[in-house]
Amino acid sequence: MSLLNNKKVIIIGDRDGIPGPAIEECFKNTQAEILFSSTECFV
Amino acid sequence: MNSVLKAASYVLVHAPDMVLHNGTTQTTEKVVNPGSDYLKTLPQHLRGFDQVVAYPPNQTYIGNLSPKQLGELEQPFFDKPVENATRQGKFGEILPQDEFLLLFQACDMFDLVHLDKDFVAATKPALEQHPLMDAFILGRIREGTAMEQVERFVKEEGAEGLYYNGRLVGYIKRAHDVDANLSAHVMMENLASKASAVLALKHLVKVSGIEASQIDYVIECSEEACGDMNQRGGGNFAKSIAEMAGLPNATGCDVRGFCAAPSHALVTAASLVKSGTFKNVAVVAGGSTAKLGMNGKDHVRKGMQVLEDVLGGFAALISENDGQNPEIDLDIIGRHTVGTGASPQAVITSLVLTPLEKVGMKIQDIDKYAAEMQNPDITKPAGAGDVPQANFKMIGALAVKSGELPREGLNDFILNHGMVGWAPTQGHIPSGAPYLGHARQEILDGDITKAMIVGKGSLFLGRLTNQFDGISFVLKKNEGKKEPSGGASKEEVRGLIAQALRDFAASLS
Amino acid sequence: MDLENQKRVKELAEAHGPENILVILGAAEGEAAGIAAETVTAGDPTYAGPLTGVQLGLSVYHVCEDAIKSELDPTVYDEQIGMMEMVLDVDDIVKEMTAIREQFSKY
Repeated sequence: MSLLNNKKVIIIGDRDGIPGPAIEECFKNTQAEILFSSTECFV
Repeated sequence: MNSVLKAASYVLVHAPDMVLHNGTTQTTEKVVNPGSDYLKTLPQHLRGFDQVVAYPPNQTYIGNLSPKQLGELEQPFFDKPVENATRQGKFGEILPQDEFLLLFQACDMFDLVHLDKDFVAATKPALEQHPLMDAFILGRIREGTAMEQVERFVKEEGAEGLYYNGRLVGYIKRAHDVDANLSAHVMMENLASKASAVLALKHLVKVSGIEASQIDYVIECSEEACGDMNQRGGGNFAKSIAEMAGLPNATGCDVRGFCAAPSHALVTAASLVKSGTFKNVAVVAGGSTAKLGMNGKDHVRKGMQVLEDVLGGFAALISENDGQNPEIDLDIIGRHTVGTGASPQAVITSLVLTPLEKVGMKIQDIDKYAAEMQNPDITKPAGAGDVPQANFKMIGALAVKSGELPREGLNDFILNHGMVGWAPTQGHIPSGAPYLGHARQEILDGDITKAMIVGKGSLFLGRLTNQFDGISFVLKKNEGKKEPSGGASKEEVRGLIAQALRDFAASLS
Repeated sequence: MDLENQKRVKELAEAHGPENILVILGAAEGEAAGIAAETVTAGDPTYAGPLTGVQLGLSVYHVCEDAIKSELDPTVYDEQIGMMEMVLDVDDIVKEMTAIREQFSKY
C-alpha cells in the first residue's frame, strides 16, 4: 500500500531548504490531502 | 547613462545586553519558560567588545579584511581572532554599547529615552572623542536622570529597561498609553534601527567625501514599521535618519521587502539617478534588536558564544556617472515575479539566469555573485546550513544544467564566483548588500569587472501571501563617460578648434 | 520549530487522529531535520513550544527521502525540488530522519 494513501499531510518547509509551496506542488496529484503548509526561516 | 556606486559604509553596534532583553528568542523564552537553563546560562555566553572587534567576519564587514582573506581562514571563525584588530574600519566601525546608548538617546525626539546621569557622565567623554559625533548630536544628549526614576519607570510604568554590562542604566517609555504601535517595545526597536542607520549614514558621508548637503534623497530599507494605530507602518524612517545625520536638502521614503528590501532600494535609487530625477541618492538601513540572539539556543547548546550580538547597519551612495566608480547596470535586472513560484531552482533562475540570457550573457560572465551573505559560523550550528554556499551551489548547478559548465567544474565555480559569508543574521542586512563596499573596491582595483547582487526575501513571514521574493542587479566596471551619440567628443572638438586656429594663424602670415 | 507551527501540528493531530497524519519536512540539513522530526514525535527538544512534553509519535519524513520521493510525480519533483538535491546533504538528512523515526515514531 502506498505510504500516502488516506494520509493527511502537514508540510513544514524551510526557506533555505525546500520551501512549503514547492513541497505542496509535489503533493497536489497524490492520494494525500494537504492539511497545512508553512515555511520556516532561521535567518 | 547608468548611475554609479560612489561609496558604501558599514557599521556594527555591539549590543550584548539587548540580546538578553530585546531579542525575540529570549523575550519569548521569558514568557513560555521563565526559569529555563537557557536564560540562566546565556549571560555566560556573551562576548566582550574586544572579542567582537577581533572577530574575522566583523572585520570583513567593516572593510578591514577582504572576503578573500576571510575565505582563507579555516572555519569556524570564532576561535581565530584577528590580531591588532581595530573598531575603526575602512568602511565604517564597530560601536560599543555604551556609546550607542547615548546616540540612541540623542536620536529620540519625543523625550522617551532617559539615561542614568552617572552613566551619561561616564560615557559622554568617549562619544565626544568620536570623529563623527557633531555638535548637533552631542548637543542633544541630556544630562540624565536619577536612578530612582529609572527604576520606577521600569517597574511601574511599563518602560523597557536599557542595560549596560548587566546593569540598568536607563529606560525608554511608551509613547502612548493605549496604542500598541507606540509601546515601549516598538519604540525601542524603531529607535535602535534609526540610531544605527544614522551612524551608517554619517559614515557614508565621510567615506564618500560628498558634502552632506548634496544628498537629495534617502531610501531606508530596514524591516521595522513606524507609525501609530491609525497608520501602522506609515513611516518615514528615511527622513528621520536624514535629519539626524545632517542632510538639510534631502527628503526620502522607506522601501520594504523583507531581506530583499536593500536590493529593491538600490535598484530604485539607481533608476532615480539614471532618469535624472535626483543626482545623489543614499540607501540606508539600521539594525534589528529583535534578531539579536535569534539562534542563541543552538549556540549555547553547543557550548559556543552567542554570535548574534551586534546590530548591523549599512549605507550606499548612488550618484550620477562620474566615469570612475562602478556602474549599476539597469539592463540586467532579475526579478522573482508572482508567476515564478517557490521552487528554489525557479527562484534562482529568475534572479540569475533569465536576466543574463536576455542580454546574451552566461552565468560565468559574472565574476562574483553576492546572494545571501550570512556568516556560516552563525547559521551552521543552528541548522540553517551555509546559506551563501547553498546559493552558489544552486547558481553553479544552473550553469551545469544550461550546459555552460561541466559537472566536474561545479566546485571550482563555487570557489571562483562565490565567497564565504560574513554578515550578521540581521534580516535585511545580509542580502547582497554586505558585498557592495568590497565589490566597488575590487572593481576599482581591477580584480573583477562584474558582480551580481542578489536580494531575496521571505514575504510569507508577514502572513499576507505565500510568495517568496527577490530582485538582482549587476555592478560593473565603469565604461567611461560616454558622450551623446552622433556628436563629436570633447577631444575631437578640441582638436578641431586647434586645427582651425592653426589654419587661421597660417592664413595671416 | 516555530511555535505557531507546533500549535497547528498539535491541533491537526488531535482533530484528524495522529495515525492519519504524515508530516513532510523541507529542512536544509540533517540536524535541523532531526530536531523538527523529534518535535512532532517525542516533543519539542527546546522546551519552548506547545509540543513540549507531547509525544505525538507522528509519521515524519523529509521530502527528499526515497520513501516519499518515489510516491511523487517525478516530473513535478524534478521541477520543484530536483536541483536542491545537489545542494543538500541528502545522506545526512536520511540518516537523522531514520534514527528519529526508529526511536520515536508510533505510526
